[in-house]
Amino acid sequence: MSNSDLDPETNLSLVDGPVENPDITPTSKEAVELRPAKNWLSGTLSQKNLMALTGLFLCLFLVVHLLGNLQLLLPKEAAQWQFNFYSKLLSENIFIHLISYLLFATIVAHAVYALLITIRNRRAHGTRYEYDRRGVSSKWYSRKMGLLGTVILFFLIIHLRDFWYEVQFGHLPIDKDGQEDLYTLVVTVYRSGWYVLIYVLCMVALGYHLLHGFFSAARTLGVCHPRFVGWVRVIGWIYSVGISAGFALVPIYVHFALS
Amino acid sequence: MRIQLKIWRQQNRSKSGQLVNYDLPDVNPDMSFLEMLDTLNERLVRQRERPVEFDHDCREGICGQCGMMINGRAHGPLSNTTTCQLHMRAFRDGDTIYVEPFRATAFPVKCDLKVDRSAFDRIIQAGGYTSASTGGAPEANSIPIAHDVAEAAFDAAACIGCGACVATCKNSSAALFTAAKITHLALLPQGKIEGRQRVRRMVRQMDSEGFGHCSNTEACQVECPQQISVLHIARMNWEYNRSLAM
Repeated sequence: MSNSDLDPETNLSLVDGPVENPDITPTSKEAVELRPAKNWLSGTLSQKNLMALTGLFLCLFLVVHLLGNLQLLLPKEAAQWQFNFYSKLLSENIFIHLISYLLFATIVAHAVYALLITIRNRRAHGTRYEYDRRGVSSKWYSRKMGLLGTVILFFLIIHLRDFWYEVQFGHLPIDKDGQEDLYTLVVTVYRSGWYVLIYVLCMVALGYHLLHGFFSAARTLGVCHPRFVGWVRVIGWIYSVGISAGFALVPIYVHFALS
Repeated sequence: MRIQLKIWRQQNRSKSGQLVNYDLPDVNPDMSFLEMLDTLNERLVRQRERPVEFDHDCREGICGQCGMMINGRAHGPLSNTTTCQLHMRAFRDGDTIYVEPFRATAFPVKCDLKVDRSAFDRIIQAGGYTSASTGGAPEANSIPIAHDVAEAAFDAAACIGCGACVATCKNSSAALFTAAKITHLALLPQGKIEGRQRVRRMVRQMDSEGFGHCSNTEACQVECPQQISVLHIARMNWEYNRSLAM
């Protein structure tokens, strides 16, 4: 603005429009400007969006996986044929193969971004409090998502080693219908009480992770209307309890009813 | 009543600090927490020691200056209060009270309990305004705003920028503060015009100040003296995602 635009007595602007006051220009550490979309993935909100979208995709996968597992609750003869047929159906389908690659990529992205976010948050917090009672104002599982996620990752490694690896690279016996007998492998593994106990504990961790994750994902993606927020809470509870209880039920049933 | 204080003493930004014990044998339960600190400071001045520095201004719960961690919680054991609205009757005779400054990398400690909260000012400077010409006051009814929309915008505008949300957040996230400022303007017709740039500028500034991510633990809402709703954070996310998509 040139000096001629200012009132000589009051030194105030004579023209309408934003006054460029040097005192209120941003004195930021980093210049404030709209950047092109190239580095939008580094922003906190974008990183949380990625966590939300990958998390919700994994939520969808859990539903499909659980529906498959529930076949193990059928009577023994029917379950063996049905489950082995289902396993064969999946392993021979090219679309299932493609989706499985997407699934692995999603799990890796979810875990890697969780790590990046945690590192940034540690840095943002800096010095610890000498005396810290902040825990009373939030739910424990909302603060321990990283820990719960690590338990789930630990479980996934065991789980993939015992079943996925055996199907892909191991030698499964053949059942009387000539199909690879994944059913007998599952029943054999679930005979171990310790294994079932660890499995169930991991499902409890999964339940809490989902309970906060599903709700948090909806918030991150911007569900802000009070009516939808209420629905998200209810659906989140039903979903989390249903998924974790459903998964935990199968090894408990197999352990106590079939062996 | 007798109170044992453990106060964080730190001479300046570059020196390291530590907790120092003070024994106050005669505290009136009707004193506010800040008055109790005033009596301690009077004693320290008489003893020719450096008084405890802490921020305070209005002392009636509306300015947001008196931010400190008391017994491990922002603004002390009560929910939704400022420190000046906390009274010694909230404690018991013989209690030990820990008093620490708000902790966040973006809020460096200046001295004792005083922290530099200018990061909040820079977030506002990045876009928490409307570039409207402020000529003569226009006719109030020329821009109709529904009552509930005006109320919702005012609920967001009630944020006093005290920083308790950052101090209580495990990630030191400024999401509640930034969201309140964004929502306040995003709801009103005057603010909607620059909405897209505003949300991107303010979020970018929030990130560059070094605040953390929002984990939706909702602890901030519990400690906020103005009871700013965490749903504002969801609205900020909505506005941000919309600004990227469109």
